[in-house]
Amino acid sequence: MPGKVRSHINQNEPLLFERSSPGKKGYQLPELDVPAVDAAAALGAANTREEIEDFPEVSEVEVIRHFSRLSTWNYGIDLGLFPLGSCTMKYNPRVNELVARTEGLAWAHPYQPAEVAQGAMEVMAQLESALAEITGMDAVTLEPAAGAHGELTGVLMIRALLESRGNPRKKVIIPDSAHGTNPATAAIAGYGVANLKSNDKGVIDLEALSRIANEDIAALMVTNPNTLGVFEEEIAKVTGLMHSRGALVYMDGANMNALVGITRPGDFGIDVMHLNLHKTFSTPHGGGGPGAGAVAVKSHMEPFLPAPRLTRVNGMWNWNWDRPRSIGKVRAFYGNFGVALAYIMAHGAPGLRQATLDALLNANYIRKGLEPYYDLPYQSPSMHECVFSDERQAKLGVRTMDIAKRLIDYGFHPYTVAFPLIVHGALMIEPTETEGKQELDLFIEAMASIAKEVETDPQFVLKAPYDTRTSRVDEVTAARKPILRWKREAAVSQAAD
Amino acid sequence: MRYLPKSDTERRQMLDALGLDSLEQLYSHLPQDVLLNRPLNLPAGKSEYEIVDYFRARGDENAAGYASFLGAGVYHHYRPVMVDVVVSRGEFLTSYTPYQAEIAQGTLTTIFEFQTMICQLTGMDVANASMYDGSTAVPEAAMMARRITGRDKVLAAKTVHPEYRMVLDTYSRYEGAPVAEIGYDSESGTLDFAGLEKQLDEQTAAVIIQSPNFLGSIEDWRKAAALAHKKGALLVYVFTEAVSLGLLEPPRDADIVVGELQSFAHPPSYGGPFAGIMATKERFIRQLPGRLAGETKDSNGNRAFCLTLSTREQHIRREKATSNICTNQALIALMATVFLSVYGKQGLRELAGQNLSKAHYLGGGVKRRFSAPFFNEFAVKTNGGSPDEVNAELLKRKIIGGLPLGRFYPELSDCLLLCATEMSKREQMDAVKKAIA
Repeated sequence: MPGKVRSHINQNEPLLFERSSPGKKGYQLPELDVPAVDAAAALGAANTREEIEDFPEVSEVEVIRHFSRLSTWNYGIDLGLFPLGSCTMKYNPRVNELVARTEGLAWAHPYQPAEVAQGAMEVMAQLESALAEITGMDAVTLEPAAGAHGELTGVLMIRALLESRGNPRKKVIIPDSAHGTNPATAAIAGYGVANLKSNDKGVIDLEALSRIANEDIAALMVTNPNTLGVFEEEIAKVTGLMHSRGALVYMDGANMNALVGITRPGDFGIDVMHLNLHKTFSTPHGGGGPGAGAVAVKSHMEPFLPAPRLTRVNGMWNWNWDRPRSIGKVRAFYGNFGVALAYIMAHGAPGLRQATLDALLNANYIRKGLEPYYDLPYQSPSMHECVFSDERQAKLGVRTMDIAKRLIDYGFHPYTVAFPLIVHGALMIEPTETEGKQELDLFIEAMASIAKEVETDPQFVLKAPYDTRTSRVDEVTAARKPILRWKREAAVSQAAD
Repeated sequence: MRYLPKSDTERRQMLDALGLDSLEQLYSHLPQDVLLNRPLNLPAGKSEYEIVDYFRARGDENAAGYASFLGAGVYHHYRPVMVDVVVSRGEFLTSYTPYQAEIAQGTLTTIFEFQTMICQLTGMDVANASMYDGSTAVPEAAMMARRITGRDKVLAAKTVHPEYRMVLDTYSRYEGAPVAEIGYDSESGTLDFAGLEKQLDEQTAAVIIQSPNFLGSIEDWRKAAALAHKKGALLVYVFTEAVSLGLLEPPRDADIVVGELQSFAHPPSYGGPFAGIMATKERFIRQLPGRLAGETKDSNGNRAFCLTLSTREQHIRREKATSNICTNQALIALMATVFLSVYGKQGLRELAGQNLSKAHYLGGGVKRRFSAPFFNEFAVKTNGGSPDEVNAELLKRKIIGGLPLGRFYPELSDCLLLCATEMSKREQMDAVKKAIA
């Protein structure tokens, strides 16, 4: 079969502002069916702007060409494997996009009367109950906008519950393998952070945990499988220990793709967790969002969920705002609409479980394929992702970022670079279940080939990528002298150069 | 299952390579007591047709095809076809956060254009790559103001969207950071400046106002900024109706501008997902939360863009970050960028002008509750029955009326908040006017 890459003509394209020239139009509004109102007279002259200075003026054809050309400078799942660890870049089914645009749902206003919003509420209720079943939790809110926002919601609920018991406590324990959002969230929720070092297997050290879990500790934030892709086999003991010390356990659900249909956080003692619907449940990443951070809780935390809650009275859905113990609102309105439901419906129970098994199979297949070439710092069994280190390559001066950049030339998006922090020079690889054997074999071949290049010509690898439109980007200068917007003056001086 | 690309033969081959007999062996190391020993209690998988049909049926239960005069933070604006054409391209839709700049120049370039246009619209120097939405951008602005001033207290106008203020309260409660309310003038429907002046003190980090405010009135941000600055506090300017920026003088005296982007090409979607913006003055860049795209060069000297100043962010700074925010709403920000490119300099002004004209037609000859200038929303006293009765009457004719204001402002329980946009038709507006008269 043919290799993965061939070179191809790539169109150049200036910024919209450089494309712009006065008088061009890409729009036509309907004729006004009411008298035109003079803006300055209606709003007051001081409130009315003269013009939007330097705003672009382009034609419709230029708009489509502009964005189409820019799009070709991007890599996406639609082009191939996207092996970012803990990011779960899986295929985004297009039917989800279609149903999100169903007229009666897309054009529903959050304040329209309940009697003409039953369909929207039904979709949200169905999604909540499916997520509760999948996680083994008792109640779900769709209000949080993204994973980190779900974390904040969960930690605020922990605080509210502990306050109701008389003492909110002071600190949250966070393992050293955790995502950066975990400590940042704890800080915003008013908690200090107690760091927990992983043991030599890369998992939670029960004894170390027991030593620091004193009466100041409000909660443990745990990611399971952790960011090494290793299942915390003692998780039931961990949650039991925390509960015995009067603390709660929050689970970061970023890695839920390893668990769906085979085990449930609610069954191993988790009190509250978030799900990244844009990871496990296939809503697209869209170049960095929107995310969706549904939060699932056990019944003892239900009273603290953000308001309002869906309730069904006499066969009709309604929003219940009478929630005296709620932490309040974490976002306006009700939360992300339920397109993740389309994913769950498509799979059904057997499909969701098969997806998990295929995700595990793919990760272990890659691990096996790459073990001869890269150092595997932890031997514990992998779930849905595997983490190598650049130890062998670093001896020749090539680091994980260089290998990642060279991987681009082979037609793949890089894996997650230099994370988790407990692995020096990490290569964190998560293939997801939506890759076939052919694509995985090409990836393994590519990584093996790079490992050989490092041995024969390390200097060559250091300058990669070679075949992209844009060569290695100078991020240092970008941070030192930030240029964060286009300005006319800059454009003039550039033209003069 | 159609989203799983492997045949059973391929699974077998891969298991063989691993020396395993069954897929179940892949998790045989998990303790027995945590395993789920039954199938999930969910229906079997559905075909694409059944899924489309299900959602269509739910949509039909939802006032499809009704006219609506609701605004209150979520607006009905026409979405140019181009928007979905662009955001449906897999290279945008299925790409990741552009950390790997060499293969994410498409996303990075559009973010840079987005940041620029937000600056041009708001009169600020710098804007980030977007926030979750308008409501969460408000507490982020409050936190930013606290970091900048080293003070705690925040004054929020009662005319800032009530749900935004609820979100602000949730965030502030645990920071020991008090939020006090500034009332409104019952005649004009704008900020009570005497009250503001009285409450402003040396502990105030920020004054938060919205314009057009929740009651539809345009606020005097120059006066609010002057009062805030006199006491060393920052002015945070909030907007919920982004189209207003096409006509309104940008709040150049504000220190932080936050708002909701939904009006720029995102459908109301029963309240989300949306996207927010955050913009500020150059000198506050290091305190700005969220992702930022910046211009630089590649190793061949060509212009390139990358995410930058990430030392503010959680993945580097962990608990010392400016915010725990990670996601930005890139795809929705891209929708806005396409929308703004289609309308452009003249179009956005003309669009805003049509909103203004329609709303003033709707507001002509009815009992408007407040005297201040308004853009496309206003409060009106209903004469033809209570607000709920008027709405019920309109609903029979497939018209969704306004928001009964008593829900958030008991003192305005005889008022509806009505909104007209370029999509409002004259005969429907006449029906509404008749019902409230």
